[in-house]
Amino acid sequence: MQSRAHSPQAPAGAVANPAEKAFMKYKDYYSILGVERGASADVIKNAYRKLARKYHPDVSKEKDAEERFKDIAEAYKTLKDPETRAAYDQLGSHRPGEEFQAPPDWAEHFGGQQFSFEDLDLGDLFETLAGRRRRGQRRGPAGMGPIPGQDYDVVARISLEDAYRGALIDLNLEMPEYDAEGRMHRVQQQFKARIPKGATEGQRLRLPGKGGKGLNGGRDGDLYLHIELQPHRLYRVNGHDLYLDLPLAPWEAALGASVEVPTLGGRVRLKVPPATQTGQKLRLSKHGLPRPRGEPGDLYAIAQLVVPGVPTDREKALYEQLAEVSIFNPRANFEGEGSR
Amino acid sequence: MKLEVTEVLWLEEHGELTLSQLAELSRLSEADLLELIEFGVIVPAKSHAARMRFDAQSIVAARTACRLREDFELDAYGVALAITLLDRIRDLEAQLQDLLARMPHGLR
Repeated sequence: MQSRAHSPQAPAGAVANPAEKAFMKYKDYYSILGVERGASADVIKNAYRKLARKYHPDVSKEKDAEERFKDIAEAYKTLKDPETRAAYDQLGSHRPGEEFQAPPDWAEHFGGQQFSFEDLDLGDLFETLAGRRRRGQRRGPAGMGPIPGQDYDVVARISLEDAYRGALIDLNLEMPEYDAEGRMHRVQQQFKARIPKGATEGQRLRLPGKGGKGLNGGRDGDLYLHIELQPHRLYRVNGHDLYLDLPLAPWEAALGASVEVPTLGGRVRLKVPPATQTGQKLRLSKHGLPRPRGEPGDLYAIAQLVVPGVPTDREKALYEQLAEVSIFNPRANFEGEGSR
Repeated sequence: MKLEVTEVLWLEEHGELTLSQLAELSRLSEADLLELIEFGVIVPAKSHAARMRFDAQSIVAARTACRLREDFELDAYGVALAITLLDRIRDLEAQLQDLLARMPHGLR
């Protein structure tokens, strides 16, 4: 099961040019799998398995895994079946992406009826042919049982601010739909989805009925949104908790201070206790991301001692004075170690 | 084109699912699901006698199982093994994410 839907950030790939809709764009399934045109079924299977391990979205960390796997799965689906492979081979060899027209009798021969290539994608065409054969008839959808629509998965990359407040996102997806003849077409679907506040990295949301359309009374598929958070300039996210570096001057850390801290809900005052050390976490309770149910997460400010790069003469004099009077030994733990 | 606003559902909002509801949502047959339950890939939230109930996370596990089975041509045991390993990777990544979030920017 692969998603042909596009993520909201990368909407819709090739849409058929109406002026040339009798043509399809050629895809070289053999080169996608990296095999020779005459390769045996076993060679094709092994090539697919190797590529699936590398690019399957469930196991891969490759950047373009999802897109690559879509092509790989489509190529394998067509070539593993001797009948669809024969139909594909009949189309001859073209450059990838080249516009071409199938021989007039081709569809008759393999599809069992006249076929129009309008708006069809090569992958969808083979899907339609294979689907018909599976269903044991070649005359369109009449008489088939109900076929549920496919489920799709898309990634929704949202900002941390959107996760905090909730957001309305635009989804622009291209999905296959069957027409009355049982042919598959790409249809542009555009709608808005309300992301409730409290979504965070890795969460899944379900949009019932927003997947592929069902056929013959089969139910419509679902759309699953996978939430990904865009990296934020200030905050790091862990579940519903947020982490923020809090730079402190040495005297603020030593004496304690009241500092202003930015949160997603606005600025708040934070009391820094005296003798605060670098790395110490100061908790701002419930200032993290809201949860769909229950208390919001927390915001942790992590103290970072920073010193001025170039002290003024006056600052330098005061540091020197402090060095003279202080009995503080920052390296007490080194005592007695390493001496020969 | 009319732009409708779709409300989305948290997976958690489904509450407890029956075996047949889980089968419908995941596109696996009940027999396939029972096999995954037997291998411990899907753990029923409640399972007294014939009244199994599942929480919403089971949808994620079942859908992953369905994809792995189709795309890698795996049997139920292979699917179970792959899902066990994927779960371990997910746990490790969550731990790493936790550590990275706590670590100051300068040290990363």
